Amino acid sequence: MEKMHIKLNVNGKDVDLLTEPRTLLIHALREELGITGPHIGCSSSHCGACTVDMNGMSVKSCTVFAAQANGAEITTIEGLGSPDGLHVLQEMFKEHHGLQCGYCTPGMITRAHRLLQENPNPTEEEVRFGIAGNLCRCTGYQNIVKAILAAAAKMNEMKESA
Amino acid sequence: MIPGAFTYHRPDSVDAAVGLLSEWGDDARVIAGGHSLIPVMKQRITDISHLVDLAGVESMKGISVDGGTVTIGAMTTQHELISSDALAAAAPIVREASLQIADPQVRYIGTIGGNVANGDPANDMPGLMQTLDATYHLAGPNGTRTVAAREFYEAAYFTAREDDEILTGITFAATSGGYAYEKQKRKIGDYATAAAGVLLTVEGGSCTSASVALTNLSDTPVYCEDAVGVLVGSSLDDAAVAAAVKAAVDASDPVADTRGPVDFKKYVAGVIVKKAIESARSRA
Repeated sequence: MEKMHIKLNVNGKDVDLLTEPRTLLIHALREELGITGPHIGCSSSHCGACTVDMNGMSVKSCTVFAAQANGAEITTIEGLGSPDGLHVLQEMFKEHHGLQCGYCTPGMITRAHRLLQENPNPTEEEVRFGIAGNLCRCTGYQNIVKAILAAAAKMNEMKESA
Repeated sequence: MIPGAFTYHRPDSVDAAVGLLSEWGDDARVIAGGHSLIPVMKQRITDISHLVDLAGVESMKGISVDGGTVTIGAMTTQHELISSDALAAAAPIVREASLQIADPQVRYIGTIGGNVANGDPANDMPGLMQTLDATYHLAGPNGTRTVAAREFYEAAYFTAREDDEILTGITFAATSGGYAYEKQKRKIGDYATAAAGVLLTVEGGSCTSASVALTNLSDTPVYCEDAVGVLVGSSLDDAAVAAAVKAAVDASDPVADTRGPVDFKKYVAGVIVKKAIESARSRA
Protein backbone atom coordinates (compact mmCIF):
# COMPACT_ATOMS: atom_id res chain seq x y z
CA MET A 1 0.00 0.00 0.00
CA GLU A 2 1.23 3.45 -0.89
CA LYS A 3 2.81 5.41 1.94
CA MET A 4 1.82 8.97 2.76
CA HIS A 5 3.58 11.97 4.21
CA ILE A 6 2.37 12.97 7.66
CA LYS A 7 3.49 16.15 9.36
CA LEU A 8 3.31 16.36 13.13
CA ASN A 9 4.63 18.69 15.75
CA VAL A 10 5.76 16.40 18.56
CA ASN A 11 6.84 18.02 21.83
CA GLY A 12 7.55 21.27 20.02
CA LYS A 13 9.52 19.72 17.16
CA ASP A 14 8.26 19.49 13.57
CA VAL A 15 8.54 16.00 12.10
CA ASP A 16 7.68 14.57 8.71
CA LEU A 17 6.85 10.87 8.50
CA LEU A 18 6.51 8.67 5.45
CA THR A 19 4.26 5.87 6.61
CA GLU A 20 1.32 3.66 5.68
CA PRO A 21 -2.16 5.10 6.32
CA ARG A 22 -2.90 2.20 8.66
CA THR A 23 -0.07 3.17 11.01
CA LEU A 24 -1.52 3.97 14.41
CA LEU A 25 -0.33 7.10 16.16
CA ILE A 26 1.17 5.07 19.03
CA HIS A 27 3.26 3.04 16.56
CA ALA A 28 4.35 6.18 14.71
CA LEU A 29 5.49 7.70 18.00
CA ARG A 30 7.18 4.65 19.47
CA GLU A 31 8.61 2.89 16.44
CA GLU A 32 9.21 5.63 13.90
CA LEU A 33 10.08 8.53 16.19
CA GLY A 34 11.56 6.61 19.12
CA ILE A 35 9.25 8.31 21.60
CA THR A 36 8.59 5.44 23.97
CA GLY A 37 6.99 7.27 26.90
CA PRO A 38 3.45 6.48 25.78
CA HIS A 39 2.94 2.75 26.29
CA ILE A 40 0.83 0.11 24.60
CA GLY A 41 -1.33 -1.55 27.23
CA CYS A 42 -4.57 -3.05 26.00
CA SER A 43 -4.38 -1.74 22.42
CA SER A 44 -8.17 -1.51 22.48
CA SER A 45 -8.82 2.01 23.87
CA HIS A 46 -9.65 0.87 27.39
CA CYS A 47 -6.53 1.27 29.53
CA GLY A 48 -5.18 4.74 28.64
CA ALA A 49 -1.47 3.78 28.85
CA CYS A 50 -1.04 5.24 25.33
CA THR A 51 -2.62 8.60 26.21
CA VAL A 52 -1.04 11.61 24.51
CA ASP A 53 -2.20 15.18 24.07
CA MET A 54 -3.37 15.97 20.52
CA ASN A 55 -4.32 19.60 19.81
CA GLY A 56 -5.29 20.09 23.44
CA MET A 57 -7.27 16.85 23.75
CA SER A 58 -6.25 13.74 25.66
CA VAL A 59 -6.50 10.87 23.20
CA LYS A 60 -5.72 7.16 23.23
CA SER A 61 -3.09 6.97 20.53
CA CYS A 62 -3.69 3.24 19.98
CA THR A 63 -7.07 4.16 18.48
CA VAL A 64 -6.04 7.09 16.28
CA PHE A 65 -4.40 6.66 12.88
CA ALA A 66 -1.32 8.81 12.41
CA ALA A 67 -3.08 10.01 9.25
CA GLN A 68 -5.92 11.42 11.38
CA ALA A 69 -3.34 13.33 13.39
CA ASN A 70 -1.78 14.89 10.26
CA GLY A 71 -0.95 18.51 11.07
CA ALA A 72 -1.56 18.07 14.80
CA GLU A 73 0.45 19.19 17.80
CA ILE A 74 1.26 16.18 19.95
CA THR A 75 2.57 16.29 23.50
CA THR A 76 3.81 13.14 25.21
CA ILE A 77 5.28 12.64 28.67
CA GLU A 78 8.69 13.50 27.14
CA GLY A 79 7.31 16.97 26.38
CA LEU A 80 6.20 17.61 29.95
CA GLY A 81 9.39 16.94 31.89
CA SER A 82 12.85 15.36 31.68
CA PRO A 83 14.95 13.36 34.16
CA ASP A 84 16.84 16.59 34.99
CA GLY A 85 13.75 18.76 35.24
CA LEU A 86 10.69 16.88 36.37
CA HIS A 87 7.27 18.39 35.78
CA VAL A 88 5.35 19.25 38.97
CA LEU A 89 3.03 16.32 38.28
CA GLN A 90 6.02 13.98 38.05
CA GLU A 91 7.43 15.40 41.29
CA MET A 92 4.13 14.90 43.07
CA PHE A 93 3.69 11.34 41.73
CA LYS A 94 7.15 10.62 43.18
CA GLU A 95 6.43 12.30 46.50
CA HIS A 96 2.98 10.77 47.02
CA HIS A 97 3.92 7.30 45.74
CA GLY A 98 1.52 7.64 42.79
CA LEU A 99 3.20 4.81 40.93
CA GLN A 100 4.44 1.32 41.56
CA CYS A 101 5.27 -0.53 38.34
CA GLY A 102 5.08 2.72 36.39
CA TYR A 103 3.51 1.31 33.25
CA CYS A 104 0.38 3.46 33.36
CA THR A 105 2.22 6.53 34.64
CA PRO A 106 3.09 8.36 31.38
CA GLY A 107 -0.53 8.13 30.21
CA MET A 108 -1.83 8.97 33.67
CA ILE A 109 0.34 12.11 33.95
CA THR A 110 -0.31 13.24 30.37
CA ARG A 111 -4.04 12.94 31.05
CA ALA A 112 -3.75 14.65 34.45
CA HIS A 113 -1.87 17.51 32.78
CA ARG A 114 -4.75 18.21 30.35
CA LEU A 115 -7.29 17.85 33.18
CA LEU A 116 -5.48 20.52 35.22
CA GLN A 117 -5.24 22.80 32.18
CA GLU A 118 -9.03 22.65 31.87
CA ASN A 119 -9.81 22.60 35.56
CA PRO A 120 -6.97 24.03 37.72
CA ASN A 121 -8.88 23.49 40.99
CA PRO A 122 -10.52 20.09 40.71
CA THR A 123 -12.29 18.35 43.56
CA GLU A 124 -11.28 14.81 44.42
CA GLU A 125 -14.37 13.58 42.58
CA GLU A 126 -13.49 15.60 39.48
CA VAL A 127 -9.99 14.11 39.51
CA ARG A 128 -11.41 10.60 39.78
CA PHE A 129 -13.84 11.14 36.89
CA GLY A 130 -11.13 13.01 34.97
CA ILE A 131 -8.75 10.04 35.02
CA ALA A 132 -11.50 7.45 34.54
CA GLY A 133 -10.04 6.53 31.14
CA ASN A 134 -6.71 5.47 32.66
CA LEU A 135 -6.37 2.14 34.40
CA CYS A 136 -3.77 1.38 37.09
CA ARG A 137 -3.47 -2.16 38.43
CA CYS A 138 -1.02 -1.34 41.24
CA THR A 139 -1.93 1.67 43.31
CA GLY A 140 -5.67 1.44 43.81
CA TYR A 141 -5.68 5.06 42.56
CA GLN A 142 -5.61 6.59 46.03
CA ASN A 143 -2.08 7.96 45.76
CA ILE A 144 -2.54 8.96 42.12
CA VAL A 145 -5.49 11.13 43.13
CA LYS A 146 -3.45 12.57 46.03
CA ALA A 147 -0.56 13.34 43.68
CA ILE A 148 -2.78 15.11 41.15
CA LEU A 149 -4.48 17.19 43.85
CA ALA A 150 -1.09 18.09 45.31
CA ALA A 151 0.19 19.04 41.85
CA ALA A 152 -2.86 21.24 41.30
CA ALA A 153 -2.21 23.06 44.57
CA LYS A 154 1.48 23.47 43.75
CA MET A 155 0.80 24.71 40.21
CA ASN A 156 -1.68 27.26 41.55
CA GLU A 157 0.87 28.40 44.16
CA MET A 158 3.49 28.84 41.44
CA LYS A 159 1.02 30.87 39.37
CA GLU A 160 0.22 33.16 42.31
CA SER A 161 3.85 33.82 43.19
CA ALA A 162 4.76 34.39 39.53
CA MET B 1 -3.09 -5.25 16.56
CA ILE B 2 -2.69 -3.65 13.15
CA PRO B 3 -5.54 -3.15 10.68
CA GLY B 4 -5.41 -4.25 7.06
CA ALA B 5 -4.07 -1.78 4.52
CA PHE B 6 -6.28 0.95 3.10
CA THR B 7 -6.13 4.21 1.17
CA TYR B 8 -6.84 7.29 3.28
CA HIS B 9 -9.02 10.12 1.99
CA ARG B 10 -9.70 13.42 3.70
CA PRO B 11 -12.36 15.31 1.72
CA ASP B 12 -13.18 18.90 2.69
CA SER B 13 -16.88 18.89 1.80
CA VAL B 14 -19.94 16.66 2.10
CA ASP B 15 -20.19 16.49 -1.70
CA ALA B 16 -16.59 15.33 -2.01
CA ALA B 17 -17.15 12.70 0.71
CA VAL B 18 -20.34 11.45 -0.96
CA GLY B 19 -18.44 11.36 -4.27
CA LEU B 20 -15.79 9.08 -2.73
CA LEU B 21 -18.48 6.72 -1.38
CA SER B 22 -20.12 6.60 -4.82
CA GLU B 23 -16.77 5.96 -6.47
CA TRP B 24 -15.59 3.16 -4.17
CA GLY B 25 -18.92 1.60 -3.12
CA ASP B 26 -18.71 -1.23 -0.60
CA ASP B 27 -14.92 -0.85 -0.35
CA ALA B 28 -15.27 2.56 1.31
CA ARG B 29 -16.32 3.58 4.80
CA VAL B 30 -16.46 6.95 6.48
CA ILE B 31 -14.64 7.50 9.76
CA ALA B 32 -15.60 10.10 12.35
CA GLY B 33 -13.91 9.70 15.76
CA GLY B 34 -13.09 6.09 14.89
CA HIS B 35 -13.50 4.66 18.38
CA SER B 36 -16.04 2.10 17.19
CA LEU B 37 -14.53 1.58 13.73
CA ILE B 38 -10.79 1.35 14.46
CA PRO B 39 -11.18 -1.46 17.05
CA VAL B 40 -13.07 -3.62 14.53
CA MET B 41 -10.55 -2.74 11.81
CA LYS B 42 -7.77 -3.89 14.17
CA GLN B 43 -9.57 -7.15 14.76
CA ARG B 44 -9.99 -7.41 10.98
CA ILE B 45 -13.68 -8.05 11.41
CA THR B 46 -14.34 -5.53 8.68
CA ASP B 47 -12.48 -5.10 5.41
CA ILE B 48 -12.13 -1.51 4.26
CA SER B 49 -9.90 -0.48 1.40
CA HIS B 50 -10.89 3.20 1.27
CA LEU B 51 -11.22 5.12 4.50
CA VAL B 52 -12.97 8.48 4.13
CA ASP B 53 -12.10 10.72 7.09
CA LEU B 54 -14.79 13.34 7.69
CA ALA B 55 -12.55 15.42 9.99
CA GLY B 56 -11.90 17.93 7.21
CA VAL B 57 -15.58 18.69 6.57
CA GLU B 58 -16.06 21.91 8.53
CA SER B 59 -19.78 22.16 7.68
CA MET B 60 -20.41 19.01 9.75
CA LYS B 61 -19.10 20.54 12.99
CA GLY B 62 -20.72 22.68 15.63
CA ILE B 63 -23.83 23.31 17.69
CA SER B 64 -26.45 26.00 17.09
CA VAL B 65 -29.65 26.85 18.92
CA ASP B 66 -32.04 28.95 16.87
CA GLY B 67 -35.67 29.69 17.62
CA GLY B 68 -36.17 26.61 19.75
CA THR B 69 -34.45 24.28 17.27
CA VAL B 70 -31.14 22.66 18.15
CA THR B 71 -28.85 21.71 15.25
CA ILE B 72 -25.76 19.60 15.86
CA GLY B 73 -23.24 18.73 13.16
CA ALA B 74 -22.47 15.03 12.98
CA MET B 75 -18.74 15.61 13.60
CA THR B 76 -19.38 17.40 16.90
CA THR B 77 -17.62 15.52 19.70
CA GLN B 78 -19.09 14.35 22.99
CA HIS B 79 -16.64 16.70 24.71
CA GLU B 80 -18.07 19.63 22.73
CA LEU B 81 -21.62 18.56 23.61
CA ILE B 82 -20.67 18.55 27.30
CA SER B 83 -18.85 21.90 27.07
CA SER B 84 -21.64 23.82 25.30
CA ASP B 85 -23.58 26.02 27.71
CA ALA B 86 -26.05 26.93 24.94
CA LEU B 87 -26.86 23.26 24.47
CA ALA B 88 -27.09 22.67 28.23
CA ALA B 89 -29.66 25.49 28.39
CA ALA B 90 -31.67 24.23 25.40
CA ALA B 91 -31.58 20.50 26.17
CA PRO B 92 -29.78 19.63 29.43
CA ILE B 93 -30.43 15.91 28.96
CA VAL B 94 -27.73 15.86 26.25
CA ARG B 95 -24.97 16.86 28.70
CA GLU B 96 -26.29 14.41 31.29
CA ALA B 97 -26.21 11.56 28.76
CA SER B 98 -22.88 12.55 27.16
CA LEU B 99 -21.10 12.52 30.51
CA GLN B 100 -22.09 8.85 30.86
CA ILE B 101 -20.55 7.82 27.53
CA ALA B 102 -17.17 6.07 27.54
CA ASP B 103 -14.36 8.00 29.29
CA PRO B 104 -12.75 11.45 28.93
CA GLN B 105 -10.28 10.46 26.20
CA VAL B 106 -12.94 8.80 24.08
CA ARG B 107 -15.30 11.75 24.54
CA TYR B 108 -12.71 14.20 23.17
CA ILE B 109 -12.76 12.42 19.83
CA GLY B 110 -15.99 10.40 19.72
CA THR B 111 -18.73 12.15 17.75
CA ILE B 112 -22.49 12.32 18.00
CA GLY B 113 -22.78 11.39 14.32
CA GLY B 114 -20.69 8.28 14.68
CA ASN B 115 -22.59 7.29 17.79
CA VAL B 116 -26.04 7.57 16.15
CA ALA B 117 -25.13 6.36 12.64
CA ASN B 118 -23.27 3.20 13.60
CA GLY B 119 -26.49 1.47 14.63
CA ASP B 120 -24.88 -0.22 17.62
CA PRO B 121 -27.72 -0.89 20.09
CA ALA B 122 -25.25 -0.40 22.96
CA ASN B 123 -24.56 3.24 22.01
CA ASP B 124 -26.32 5.82 24.17
CA MET B 125 -27.04 8.55 21.62
CA PRO B 126 -29.58 6.54 19.59
CA GLY B 127 -31.71 6.05 22.72
CA LEU B 128 -31.28 9.70 23.62
CA MET B 129 -32.40 10.70 20.11
CA GLN B 130 -35.56 8.58 20.55
CA THR B 131 -36.23 10.49 23.74
CA LEU B 132 -35.73 13.84 21.96
CA ASP B 133 -37.68 12.75 18.83
CA ALA B 134 -34.71 13.98 16.79
CA THR B 135 -34.42 14.21 13.02
CA TYR B 136 -31.35 12.91 11.17
CA HIS B 137 -30.07 14.67 8.06
CA LEU B 138 -28.56 12.47 5.37
CA ALA B 139 -26.67 13.40 2.21
CA GLY B 140 -26.23 11.05 -0.75
CA PRO B 141 -25.63 11.07 -4.48
CA ASN B 142 -29.27 12.06 -5.08
CA GLY B 143 -29.23 14.97 -2.65
CA THR B 144 -30.30 15.30 0.95
CA ARG B 145 -33.17 13.84 2.96
CA THR B 146 -34.27 13.58 6.56
CA VAL B 147 -35.27 10.54 8.61
CA ALA B 148 -36.87 10.60 12.05
CA ALA B 149 -34.61 8.99 14.66
CA ARG B 150 -37.62 6.90 15.69
CA GLU B 151 -37.76 5.47 12.13
CA PHE B 152 -34.01 5.09 11.61
CA TYR B 153 -33.06 1.88 13.42
CA GLU B 154 -34.04 -1.42 11.77
CA ALA B 155 -31.87 -3.97 13.59
CA ALA B 156 -28.42 -4.07 15.17
CA TYR B 157 -26.10 -2.19 12.75
CA PHE B 158 -28.90 -1.90 10.16
CA THR B 159 -30.34 1.56 9.70
CA ALA B 160 -32.31 3.58 7.15
CA ARG B 161 -29.04 5.11 5.92
CA GLU B 162 -28.02 3.78 2.49
CA ASP B 163 -24.38 2.73 2.04
CA ASP B 164 -23.65 5.73 -0.18
CA GLU B 165 -25.19 8.21 2.25
CA ILE B 166 -23.56 10.18 5.06
CA LEU B 167 -25.34 11.30 8.21
CA THR B 168 -24.40 14.99 8.28
CA GLY B 169 -26.33 16.37 11.24
CA ILE B 170 -29.13 16.16 13.76
CA THR B 171 -31.93 18.54 14.69
CA PHE B 172 -34.41 18.45 17.55
CA ALA B 173 -36.63 20.83 19.46
CA ALA B 174 -35.28 22.44 22.62
CA THR B 175 -36.79 20.79 25.68
CA SER B 176 -38.63 22.15 28.69
CA GLY B 177 -39.63 20.57 31.98
CA GLY B 178 -37.93 17.66 33.70
CA TYR B 179 -35.31 15.41 32.14
CA ALA B 180 -33.07 12.50 33.05
CA TYR B 181 -30.72 10.04 31.42
CA GLU B 182 -29.93 7.16 33.75
CA LYS B 183 -27.47 4.37 32.98
CA GLN B 184 -26.35 1.27 34.78
CA LYS B 185 -22.93 0.00 33.69
CA ARG B 186 -20.34 -2.33 35.16
CA LYS B 187 -17.57 0.26 35.06
CA ILE B 188 -16.79 3.62 33.48
CA GLY B 189 -16.25 3.11 29.79
CA ASP B 190 -18.63 0.17 29.61
CA TYR B 191 -21.81 0.08 27.59
CA ALA B 192 -25.11 0.10 29.44
CA THR B 193 -26.56 -2.96 31.09
CA ALA B 194 -29.66 -0.78 30.88
CA ALA B 195 -30.13 2.93 30.24
CA ALA B 196 -33.16 5.17 29.85
CA GLY B 197 -33.91 8.72 28.77
CA VAL B 198 -37.00 10.52 30.08
CA LEU B 199 -38.56 13.94 29.42
CA LEU B 200 -41.63 15.19 31.30
CA THR B 201 -43.66 18.39 31.40
CA VAL B 202 -46.16 19.05 34.17
CA GLU B 203 -48.89 21.67 34.41
CA GLY B 204 -51.27 22.04 37.31
CA GLY B 205 -50.17 18.74 38.84
CA SER B 206 -50.80 16.79 35.67
CA CYS B 207 -48.27 15.42 33.17
CA THR B 208 -48.86 17.17 29.84
CA SER B 209 -46.17 15.50 27.76
CA ALA B 210 -43.65 12.72 28.19
CA SER B 211 -41.00 10.77 26.37
CA VAL B 212 -39.38 7.51 27.48
CA ALA B 213 -36.75 5.54 25.57
CA LEU B 214 -34.33 2.70 26.29
CA THR B 215 -30.70 1.94 25.39
CA ASN B 216 -29.18 -1.53 24.96
CA LEU B 217 -32.35 -3.37 25.89
CA SER B 218 -33.20 -4.59 22.39
CA ASP B 219 -31.45 -4.87 19.03
CA THR B 220 -32.48 -1.26 18.39
CA PRO B 221 -33.13 1.66 20.74
CA VAL B 222 -36.71 1.52 22.01
CA TYR B 223 -39.17 4.40 22.18
CA CYS B 224 -41.74 3.36 24.80
CA GLU B 225 -45.06 4.55 23.44
CA ASP B 226 -47.12 2.61 26.02
CA ALA B 227 -45.15 4.06 28.94
CA VAL B 228 -45.69 7.54 27.53
CA GLY B 229 -49.43 6.80 27.25
CA VAL B 230 -49.53 5.86 30.93
CA LEU B 231 -47.68 8.98 32.07
CA VAL B 232 -49.45 11.65 30.01
CA GLY B 233 -52.56 12.87 31.84
CA SER B 234 -51.52 11.22 35.10
CA SER B 235 -50.43 13.06 38.23
CA LEU B 236 -47.12 11.13 38.06
CA ASP B 237 -48.06 9.47 41.34
CA ASP B 238 -46.32 6.27 42.38
CA ALA B 239 -48.99 4.07 40.77
CA ALA B 240 -48.60 5.83 37.41
CA VAL B 241 -44.82 5.58 37.62
CA ALA B 242 -45.02 1.87 38.44
CA ALA B 243 -47.37 1.27 35.50
CA ALA B 244 -45.09 3.23 33.16
CA VAL B 245 -42.05 1.26 34.38
CA LYS B 246 -43.88 -1.99 33.68
CA ALA B 247 -44.87 -0.80 30.20
CA ALA B 248 -41.26 0.21 29.43
CA VAL B 249 -39.85 -3.10 30.66
CA ASP B 250 -42.47 -4.94 28.57
CA ALA B 251 -41.26 -3.01 25.52
CA SER B 252 -37.66 -4.18 26.08
CA ASP B 253 -36.28 -7.31 24.49
CA PRO B 254 -32.75 -7.80 25.82
CA VAL B 255 -30.50 -10.75 25.05
CA ALA B 256 -28.26 -12.57 27.51
CA ASP B 257 -24.58 -11.64 27.28
CA THR B 258 -21.62 -10.87 29.55
CA ARG B 259 -23.72 -8.17 31.24
CA GLY B 260 -26.18 -10.76 32.48
CA PRO B 261 -29.14 -13.00 31.68
CA VAL B 262 -32.43 -11.67 30.29
CA ASP B 263 -34.27 -11.64 33.63
CA PHE B 264 -31.48 -9.64 35.26
CA LYS B 265 -31.43 -7.10 32.44
CA LYS B 266 -35.20 -6.64 32.66
CA TYR B 267 -34.87 -6.18 36.41
CA VAL B 268 -32.15 -3.55 35.93
CA ALA B 269 -34.24 -1.90 33.19
CA GLY B 270 -37.08 -1.50 35.69
CA VAL B 271 -34.76 0.06 38.29
CA ILE B 272 -33.23 2.45 35.76
CA VAL B 273 -36.52 3.54 34.16
CA LYS B 274 -37.97 4.19 37.62
CA LYS B 275 -34.92 6.26 38.60
CA ALA B 276 -35.11 8.22 35.34
CA ILE B 277 -38.82 8.99 35.67
CA GLU B 278 -38.43 10.00 39.32
CA SER B 279 -35.42 12.19 38.54
CA ALA B 280 -37.24 13.88 35.64
CA ARG B 281 -40.31 14.35 37.86
CA SER B 282 -38.21 16.05 40.53
CA ARG B 283 -36.89 18.49 37.92
CA ALA B 284 -40.22 19.14 36.15
